[in-house]
Amino acid sequence: MKKLVMIGNGMAGVRTIEEILKLSPNQFEITIFGQEPHPNYNRIKLSNILQGDASFEEIIINPLDWYKENNIQLFTGESVNKIDTERKFVTTDQGREVEYDDLIIATGSNSFILPIPGADKMGVTGFRDINDCEMMIKSAEEYKKAVVIGGGLLGLEAARGLLNLGMKVDVVHLMPSLMERQLDPIASSLLKAELESQGMRFLMENETVEIIGDERVAGLRFKDGSFARADLVVMAIGIKSNTSVARDSGIYVNRGIVVNDFMETSAPNVYAVGECAEHREIVYGLVAPLYEQGKVLAERICGKEAAPYEGSVTGTQLKIAGVDLYSAGEIFEDGTTKSIMVYNEFEGIYKRVLIRDNRVVGIVLYGDTKDSTRLFRMLSKKEDITGVSIFESQCSAEGGGGDIASMPNDELVCGCNGVTKGAIVEAIKTQGLTTLDQVSHCTNAGRSCGRCKPMVNDILAYTLGDQFDAAAAQKTSICGCTTISREELIAEIKEKGLSSVKEVMNVLEWNNEEGCTKCRPAINYYLGMIHMDEYKDDRDSRLVNEKMHANIQKDGTYSVVPRMYGGVTTAADLKKIAEVAEKYEVPLVKLTGGQRIGLFGVKKEDLPSMWKELDMPSGYAYGKTLRTVKTCVGAQFCRYGTQDSMSLGIELEKKFERLDTPHKVKMGVSACPRNCSEAGIKDIGFVGIDGGWEIYIAGNGGVDLRAGDLLATVKTEAEVMEMTGAYLQYYRENANYLERTSKWVERVGLEHVKEVLANEETRKALNERMDQTLKKYIEPWNEAIESESIKDKYYAVHTVKAGE
Amino acid sequence: MITTKTMTLAANYSDLPVRAGYAVNINDIEIALFKVTNGRVYAIENHSPHPKGGVLTEGLVSGEYVYCPVYDWKISLVDGKVQAPDTGQVKTFQVEVEGDNVYIII
Repeated sequence: MKKLVMIGNGMAGVRTIEEILKLSPNQFEITIFGQEPHPNYNRIKLSNILQGDASFEEIIINPLDWYKENNIQLFTGESVNKIDTERKFVTTDQGREVEYDDLIIATGSNSFILPIPGADKMGVTGFRDINDCEMMIKSAEEYKKAVVIGGGLLGLEAARGLLNLGMKVDVVHLMPSLMERQLDPIASSLLKAELESQGMRFLMENETVEIIGDERVAGLRFKDGSFARADLVVMAIGIKSNTSVARDSGIYVNRGIVVNDFMETSAPNVYAVGECAEHREIVYGLVAPLYEQGKVLAERICGKEAAPYEGSVTGTQLKIAGVDLYSAGEIFEDGTTKSIMVYNEFEGIYKRVLIRDNRVVGIVLYGDTKDSTRLFRMLSKKEDITGVSIFESQCSAEGGGGDIASMPNDELVCGCNGVTKGAIVEAIKTQGLTTLDQVSHCTNAGRSCGRCKPMVNDILAYTLGDQFDAAAAQKTSICGCTTISREELIAEIKEKGLSSVKEVMNVLEWNNEEGCTKCRPAINYYLGMIHMDEYKDDRDSRLVNEKMHANIQKDGTYSVVPRMYGGVTTAADLKKIAEVAEKYEVPLVKLTGGQRIGLFGVKKEDLPSMWKELDMPSGYAYGKTLRTVKTCVGAQFCRYGTQDSMSLGIELEKKFERLDTPHKVKMGVSACPRNCSEAGIKDIGFVGIDGGWEIYIAGNGGVDLRAGDLLATVKTEAEVMEMTGAYLQYYRENANYLERTSKWVERVGLEHVKEVLANEETRKALNERMDQTLKKYIEPWNEAIESESIKDKYYAVHTVKAGE
Repeated sequence: MITTKTMTLAANYSDLPVRAGYAVNINDIEIALFKVTNGRVYAIENHSPHPKGGVLTEGLVSGEYVYCPVYDWKISLVDGKVQAPDTGQVKTFQVEVEGDNVYIII
């Protein structure tokens, strides 16, 4: 086997290795050196982490197991500092020497750090890797004021993230307009106005000359002598190819490591790919061209006939909520170009396309980017646009038809997920799809940024021809198994008296006879909500955690979390939990976020006996139901408490436990406005005041961080129970399955909810339906303990020795 | 090398629940048996091809497919293939049903 060594463990390099493994899985013995202590992760998503939309786990592209499965020797936290191109081996900073037949340099780039005094102070960072990201998140916990240097793509995304983290943010930019390399002055001023309204402050045409402070940064000094205060400085002014190892080893380097159309460097059998490589005098920093390079390189290394890489035209968009922006190609008129422009200042829409010799050479779209895919295709394929209407993009079946017909099958429609027109057409034909939603479910097209949705819709219209129903195609169906929406489903269940999941799928002609993981749990919920105590729950239509009444962990073990009403326990219960944990050798005993004790790492077959020995009700830590009611100590012991928060919490938890809700519901009860139970970020929160309770709704402490809104102020515990029952039942009857209260209230409006619940008759009726529903629940752990058939079906494992 | 195949009695047909998984360990191979609505029995390795792994017995069964309970991949019980947009394949085992005996051929 030939030895392939790669320096660098980032997106471009690892994608190249994936391409090589696809072409020729057994040709190479592969070794990868990565300077960072992580497997390959999605650097583009760093701004999502900063903006709070993703965790590091979620952005890992190739987990460590992937390297293992493909027999790749991976050295993380180790960098190569010398290549001997004569004798063909590399030496690392830890003195390791590894021979190669082929060597790929994929060292990527570093943030360009301004060479000014003070740039090495604490609190000054680039925005390039997860380390930078974590440092910024940590700074935001302690400090208030950030300055981002650089008003380009990366700088603005970093600034938005820092705003989300609660910092005040100034953006310093050298030029008179933002993103000047992608936007013309009009688009740039629209962007600036939008970001200012989101809370960013801009210091334009300012050149930073010094970073001041003691050990840690305290501020910046500009060329004109003015200052800005800063606790954190993020430099996002560009990237610098990481070329040192190549340069030190005698390989030809200009701005990047210079490569030809087959990604070959000046040294034999040494290649470069990604942000460290310079191809035809361009260093690319966006992912699409780097993946194209990787493909060419893989073919070359595997000895396949490779088409040369001839450079890429790239499009850019900004990943900031509330900003719809797209740019590609040239920006400025040069006397040989003509512009086609639409400017609607009132609605904040601006589009400009630059034309030269009947061909699109530049695109800037702001406020409405639905033409971007089509225009980008015209640009990259150099289509003659004579007689073509540039901004005509109404998605009618006829209008889009001609356009789609001429589109080749291998053309990329969804750039985010790499879905071609051909793949979409095939999915529509072979799986009988009729709505946009179904196409997205089946192919992933349009599921990331959503920019290609109008195009996908056109393809759907074109493929279905006469059978295309424009109104139906736009509908949000429950899942890919049907075209009906939630509202239609509920109306049908009531009207036709449907009473089981199977009957619903049958009568309403599901195209997938036994449904999927999206519709079955939803139908089961809606049936239980409508038929109240008459419906028999379909356990096999629930997903694993609710079916097993335990949370599955990533290694297939489960967790056991018993109910601890209001977070109040006794010495005797604690002893019992301790004994069970010891007896079953539970690997982890941990206090959960909801004031109770979790036992983690339990084998499936041990669940029923552990439940039996605990002799406590399930805490439903796994369910779309009431999770916990967090309480503070309150008036019983606390000198500030004005109300008995523990008693109210326990009463609430005992009344509403086990209730099926569209998504999980958490409550908190505090005895005074100091709010130790964090009731302001719960689905329903109660805050004791002198002589009564404030009820807050739609708070959320998770992904969708949101402070609760005051629903009502009431005097007695009885009123609390009445208002809570009515509110919860109204949520149960009106929210979509899997819609948290925070999202639901945002959607229907707080005023609407208040108005409904202001009516005493309505509240009474809601509470009656709530009470009828609550009658049907029985304790699930106890049910399992007493039923042999449940134990057999869900909790048994069987061992067979062959030949016995 | 001569490879031998062994027929192993894995379960009783009447013990298998419909539309649910049945975990069985045969000579340290974890196997998931599924009896689907039409009565057929399928055997696949009880391990998701998702890079992070996970068991399959607790997945939701629909027709001749099971959804991986941890990462929601749709997997064919017939040939083990992961359905688009995800990719991969689970090992499948041949099943023989004779009377009430369910054999797996390994």
